[in-house]
Amino acid sequence: MGWEWLLELALLFFAVSAHSAELRIGLSADVTTMDPHFVAAQPNLTAQQHVFDALVQTDAQSRPVPGIATWRTPDPLTWEFTLKKGVRFHDGSELTTEDVVFSLERPFSITGSPGGFQTYVRSIVAKEIVDRYTVRLKTAAPYGALLQDLAEVLIVSKRAAARATGDDFDRGGAAIGTGPFKLARFARGDRIEFTRHDDYWGGRLPWEKLTLLILPSDPVRTAALLAGQVDAIEHVPTADIARLRKSPAFRLEQAVSWRTIFLHVDQGRDRPPGVLSKAGKPLEKNPFRDLRVRRAMSKAINRQAIAERVMEGLAVPAANVLSPSVIGHDPAVKPEPYDPEGARKLLAEAGYPDGFTLTIATPNNRYINDEQIAQTVAQMLARVGIASRVEAMPLSVYFGKARNREFGVALLGWGSRAADLALRSLAATANPDKGYGAWNWGGYSNPKLDQLIAQSLGTVDPARREALAREASALAAREVAFIPLHYQVVTWAMKRNITYTARTDEFTFAHQFRPETK
Amino acid sequence: MLVFAFKRLAQSIAVLFVMSALVFVGVYAIGNPVDILINPQADQAEIAAATRALGLDQPLWNQYWTFVSGALAGDLGKSFAANIPAVRLILERMPATLELALAAMVIAVVLGIPLGLWAGLKPDSVSGRVIMAGSILGFSLPTFWVGLLLIMVFSVWLGWLPPTGRGETVTVLGVPVSFLTWDGLKHLFMPAMNLALFKLSLLIRLTRAGTREALAQDYVRFARAKGLSMERVVRVHVLKNIMIPIVTVTGLEFGSVIAFAIVTETIFAWPGMGKLLIDSINVLDRPVIVAYLLIIVLIFVLINLIVDLAYTALDPRVRLAGRSA
Repeated sequence: MGWEWLLELALLFFAVSAHSAELRIGLSADVTTMDPHFVAAQPNLTAQQHVFDALVQTDAQSRPVPGIATWRTPDPLTWEFTLKKGVRFHDGSELTTEDVVFSLERPFSITGSPGGFQTYVRSIVAKEIVDRYTVRLKTAAPYGALLQDLAEVLIVSKRAAARATGDDFDRGGAAIGTGPFKLARFARGDRIEFTRHDDYWGGRLPWEKLTLLILPSDPVRTAALLAGQVDAIEHVPTADIARLRKSPAFRLEQAVSWRTIFLHVDQGRDRPPGVLSKAGKPLEKNPFRDLRVRRAMSKAINRQAIAERVMEGLAVPAANVLSPSVIGHDPAVKPEPYDPEGARKLLAEAGYPDGFTLTIATPNNRYINDEQIAQTVAQMLARVGIASRVEAMPLSVYFGKARNREFGVALLGWGSRAADLALRSLAATANPDKGYGAWNWGGYSNPKLDQLIAQSLGTVDPARREALAREASALAAREVAFIPLHYQVVTWAMKRNITYTARTDEFTFAHQFRPETK
Repeated sequence: MLVFAFKRLAQSIAVLFVMSALVFVGVYAIGNPVDILINPQADQAEIAAATRALGLDQPLWNQYWTFVSGALAGDLGKSFAANIPAVRLILERMPATLELALAAMVIAVVLGIPLGLWAGLKPDSVSGRVIMAGSILGFSLPTFWVGLLLIMVFSVWLGWLPPTGRGETVTVLGVPVSFLTWDGLKHLFMPAMNLALFKLSLLIRLTRAGTREALAQDYVRFARAKGLSMERVVRVHVLKNIMIPIVTVTGLEFGSVIAFAIVTETIFAWPGMGKLLIDSINVLDRPVIVAYLLIIVLIFVLINLIVDLAYTALDPRVRLAGRSA
């Protein structure tokens, strides 16, 4: 009988040792602050979401799911959120609607931020606390994207954060959330250490300790995984994927990212910069205003070749503004097939039998292989008669120039939780009063699309909104408002004995890593 | 001496001013940090408001004036990205960089001078030739590549040393240092070696050349003729005479090691201030860039001062300017 007892003990010991495990993850970008309302940068949000929860959670497909709260819309102007009972902050106090209202107001009180969170909460005109667990948020007009917005605003403890500075968050005193981990040490530029939040509402996690290491250099991040310094890394460099895939010691998880790479073509102005006749003279009119020219350019691009060769398989040819799992992706819209003959014919029809010349501007340190993509597209366009040059520059220079509209054709990548939100920024007629078209570098303008975007954003019923967003996506694609190239594929690598559900929004969440269950 | 120090101070202040103006204009010319850091979903009004809030809508001279008046009051501004004073952000990172730079210089000096001396005394021996060949390698191999090679060999294949980051630290006089813990030393070794390699080669070649030259001098021959032992000749006559160029170069190189540790810091994810500078340039975090460069200028000025003082100690003939002849 004795051996059974021993076996039991061994199993118990195994279970305990598995539960006292530490998880170490290599992140690809620096985290500048632990204040969740200072600057809306994805690396920051990655780290902060270990400590704080948002009112609305998102699943691996970037769809809203209930977490610390559920919601309903009693009328189109009212969103009623009901908090889960017994959600505890790290200091033991219970989450209440006071904390929620405080957190949704805090973005307005942040000063000195170059990119804050006001944009996510400005649609809320009134916050009505019904009781300890129920709060009603009112919008001035029906607004369907509130769930996507609220998924970005993290809930802090009113008591701990009431008069807190950024410093107080970095040092941990104000970094009191309801999230799965407690902040233990924030060593900027080096690492962030956490301990498990034992009262986490989502259940106890297998990881007692968590360390996020900042490893921005690509080869080094891989080396840290190979050497066993970390258990998992995000954004596996393209060059290392084949090697890691072959190794029996590691596991790869991949998802089609929400980030679409596309070209903005300037249809707004009479003389887009860098667009000239073959003789170097300005053209009579802007060729991009002709749908046939935009479609010809789209047909001239061999997306499959870019995805397979330039991106080494880490891309999916794109047709929509956003990738397949995101709200408003229309699966009926297929990527424009590669058709150089058809492209030449369309160009001739449009009055450019000899083509013209253009310059593609691109950042060279922002998206995966961004400059090579632009070079490849330039060669493909040249094959149908559009002689193209590439102008590549670092992001810090690029964005400023692009906003000054110094480019005729410009490469951009965009990720969003819904197509109507993306189209509002990228393809809606620029209108500062409505806040439309802030990134519409192409100057595309189509009243019908504007109306569809407004309708979609103004629909609170999720199914009806999705149908409208799809319609908007399809219209933008039909009209070639911009030229989609591909959706990026995002890759995580980890030791064989742990698993991760790859997220389309590219976030790396330690609490979604699991020890492999045999 | 006092006059000398004053002159130096005046020069340094002028340099600091010119430097800050140059950086200001440079960063301004590149672009607007709000364009990079803004929430992508922000609309035009929010973009304009963020630009205004940071004072970036003001004309350049006005922005510079605001900066200078703040700087004179001891405030170099807050980091746009991190929301804490730029100077503190840099000082947080400085111990790591200084530790790395010091460790690299110690390795370079402790290995470089004896090896150079040996190669200079026995230029035709096999060991002398091996040392010189090695120094050529150290000169010509790119730091980045050597760093990755070190990681591949010592961390990935052999598993002896951790590939990245800074180890456990202990606080000495308020400064966190890692070289006093075993874990810290293990983390420090590879980056320090990597950073030292170039300086090591430089010192070997410098010492060897100096030694060769000194050995041919009359005073050495005279000392030998007088019957002094070779050991004493090297220690008293050769070494002392070749120290001046070595001290100069070591001092200047120490400054450059601090300022340009950036490559090594990037490879080994060493949380120093070089890495901070690159991150800040990428997002045009102007307060940090300006403060960083001002601090580096200050460090160079200090090192030069120390080098000058060291001369007088080493060579009684050298007198600091300012003393009447």
